[in-house]
Amino acid sequence: MMSEQLIVPTMAEMMAEGKQPEILFWVGSAGSYDDRAKKITKAFVKILNKANVNFAVLGTEESNTGDVAKRAGNEFLFQMQAVMNIEVLNVYEVKRIVTCDPHSFNCIKNEYPGLGGNYDVIHHTQYIKELMSSGRLTVEGNTYKGKRITFHDPCYLGRGNGVYDAPRDVLKKTNATLVEMKRHKGTALCCGAGGAQMFKDAEPGNKEINVLRTEDAIETQPEIIATGCPYCNTMMTDGVKFKEKESEIKVLDIAELIANA
Amino acid sequence: MEYLPNIIFAVILILGIGYFVRNIKKIIRNIKLGQDVDASDNKSQRWKNVAYIALGQSKMVKRPVSGFLHVIVYVGFIIINIEVLEIIIDGVFGTHRIGQQVLPEWLYGFLIGSFEILSVLVLVSVSVFWLRRNVIKIKRFLSSEMKGWPKSDGNIILYFEVVLMCLFLLMNATDTIFQNTGSGNVISQFIAPWFEGVSGGTLSVIEKTAWWLHIVGILIFLNYLYFSKHLHILLAFPNVYLGNVEPKGKFNNLDAVTAEVKLMMDPDADPYAAPAETSEDDVPAKFGASDIMDLSQVQLLNAYTCTECGRCTSECPANLTGKKLSPRKIMMDTRDRLEEVGKNIDANNGEFKDDGKQLLGDYITNEELWACTTCNACVEACPVSIDPLSIIIEMRRYLVMEQSAAPMELNNMMTNIENNGAPWPYNQMDRLNWKDEK
Repeated sequence: MMSEQLIVPTMAEMMAEGKQPEILFWVGSAGSYDDRAKKITKAFVKILNKANVNFAVLGTEESNTGDVAKRAGNEFLFQMQAVMNIEVLNVYEVKRIVTCDPHSFNCIKNEYPGLGGNYDVIHHTQYIKELMSSGRLTVEGNTYKGKRITFHDPCYLGRGNGVYDAPRDVLKKTNATLVEMKRHKGTALCCGAGGAQMFKDAEPGNKEINVLRTEDAIETQPEIIATGCPYCNTMMTDGVKFKEKESEIKVLDIAELIANA
Repeated sequence: MEYLPNIIFAVILILGIGYFVRNIKKIIRNIKLGQDVDASDNKSQRWKNVAYIALGQSKMVKRPVSGFLHVIVYVGFIIINIEVLEIIIDGVFGTHRIGQQVLPEWLYGFLIGSFEILSVLVLVSVSVFWLRRNVIKIKRFLSSEMKGWPKSDGNIILYFEVVLMCLFLLMNATDTIFQNTGSGNVISQFIAPWFEGVSGGTLSVIEKTAWWLHIVGILIFLNYLYFSKHLHILLAFPNVYLGNVEPKGKFNNLDAVTAEVKLMMDPDADPYAAPAETSEDDVPAKFGASDIMDLSQVQLLNAYTCTECGRCTSECPANLTGKKLSPRKIMMDTRDRLEEVGKNIDANNGEFKDDGKQLLGDYITNEELWACTTCNACVEACPVSIDPLSIIIEMRRYLVMEQSAAPMELNNMMTNIENNGAPWPYNQMDRLNWKDEK
C-alpha cells in the first residue's frame, strides 16, 4: 500500500504551470516533521489522490503557523509567523485551506483574518465528509465493520470551534460501532498537549493528563481510539502504551482509518 | 407618633438601599480600572445569550441535580420578591397587605399561594445545597481555595435564605386576617395551628416582628451581596451579555504587537528613523497582564460575577490530575486583588498608592499559569460565561514578552520556530521530505 507513489504538487509548481488548485493542504509542523504525524499526512494525501482532488502544498514555503507560540504567550513570534505565512498565501491567491491539525485550523481560520489573511479553512474530517457527500470518495471495504471505535475530540476542533459532527459522520461511514466516552463533545477532556504543553514537562501533579484521558477511552472498551489531531494522537498513543494496552487498542487518525478502509 | 413606624421603615429602607448603591458604585469604579472593551458587536447574539444562558439557565442544567435545584431557588428568589413590593408599600404608607385590598381575592390568593409553595421548595433546595456543601463530600467544594471564608460565605448565603423563607411563612401563619380569608395560605395554614393557644395580641406581635425581620433581613442580604461571592444574582446578566461571542478557540491579536511587527516587516521602514511624535497620554505599551489594571473591564466583571461554584475547576484537566491550577482560584484571586486595589484607592483619597504587590506572583503563581492546556473546558463549563483562560493567557504574555520567563523547554521551542519555522530543530528545507520517505 505504501508503495503507491503519492502525488504531492506544490503551489510553486502549480503556479509555474499557470494552474490554481481547488484547495491548499496545510501540512503543519507536526505533519511535516513528526514521524507519527507524517503517517497521517500521507494517509490524507492518499485520500486526496484517490478522490482526484486538485490540491497543492506550500512545501518548503510553509512555516509554522505561530499557534503554539501564541498559546505560550509569545504574541510577537506568533504575529511574525502569521504575517510571513499570510504573505505567501496571498501571493498564491489561496482561497481554501484544509489541514489535519486542529491547531493550525483554528489559528488560520480565526486569528489570521485580523492580520490580513482571509481564507475558507476546514479541518480534514470536514473535507473528507464533503468528499463523501459529493460522491468523490467512497468507502467500499468492510475493514472496520462492527469494530468498536471511540473518538477523542480535539479541543481546538470541538470546544474551540464547535465541530463535533464531521468526524463522527465520517466514522459512521466505515460501519464501525461508534462508542462515546463519558466525557465527549463539549465536556471532552483535553489530551494534555494543548497550550504548548506538548513541548514541556507537566507541572507537578498526581497523574499525566494523557493517562487520565486514555482511561476515559479504555472504559469504552474500544479496539480503536480515533483522533483528529497529530498531538492528540501522540498523547493517546503514549497513554495506551503506559496502560500496556497497545496490543489491544490502536490509536489512529480518521484520515488513516479512511485511507485504509 | 402615629407615623413613627412609617418613618422608621422609610429610614431603614433608604439606608439599606443607599449603602447598597454606594457599594455598587464602588464595584463600577473598580471595574473601570481595567482596560476598555468594545462590545458593540453581535448585539443579537449577545441578547440571545442573556435570554438562554442567564435568564434561561441553559448551562446550569447541564448538571441536572444542582441545575434543577438552582432553577427552583432562582425562580423562587425572583417571584417571591414580588412580595417585597407589597411590604415596601405597606411599610411606607402604613397599610396592611395592600395587595389584598386592591387585587381581586383569587389573584392575591394565587400570588401568595405560589410564593408559599415556592418558599417551601426553596427551603428544600437550600437544605440539599447545604448537605452537598457540608455533608456529602463533593470534590469541587473541598478544593484548597474553598477553605475558610469562601466556605463560610457559601453557608451564610444558605442560612440567609432559610431564615428569610421561614420568616415569610411565619408572617403569613400568624396573620389572623389573612388566615381567615382562607385564600393563598396553602402552606401557612398548616403552621397556624402551632399558635392556637396564643392570644390575639401576642399573635399580632409575632406577625409584626416576622414582617419587620423579613424586610430588614432582605435589606441585610442585599448589602451582604457586595461582601460575598453572591453578586452573580445581579452581575450574571451584564456578564453574559459582555461574554465572548467568537469561537472559543480564537484568541485576540494584540494590536500593539501588530504595529511593531508591521514596522519590522516593512521593507521601506527606516531603521534609523526617530520614533513618531507621541502625545502626552500615550502610555508605553505593556504586553500582557501582571496586575488587574492590565486586564480588561470584562475580565474584572468576570471576577465579581464568579460565585465560586467550581464547575470550571472540576472540568480542568490540569486540576483533575493534581496540578496547582484551578480556574476558579484564578477568578477569586483576580477579585481579591481588585478589592485590595479598591481599598487602597479608598484609603488614599481616590489615588492608587503602589503597594509593592501585584496579581502575578502575589496571588497567581507561574506554576499555575504554565499548567494550563488552553483547552477551554473551564470556559465551556461556566454557567455565566466567565473566561478564566483569557486571564491566564494575558499573564503568560506578560511572563514571556516582558520578563522572558517562559520555561526553558518553551524557550527552546520558540527559538526553533524563529530559526527554522518549526518547533523542533529541523531544517526548513526538509519540510517536504515526508513526501518521498517510505
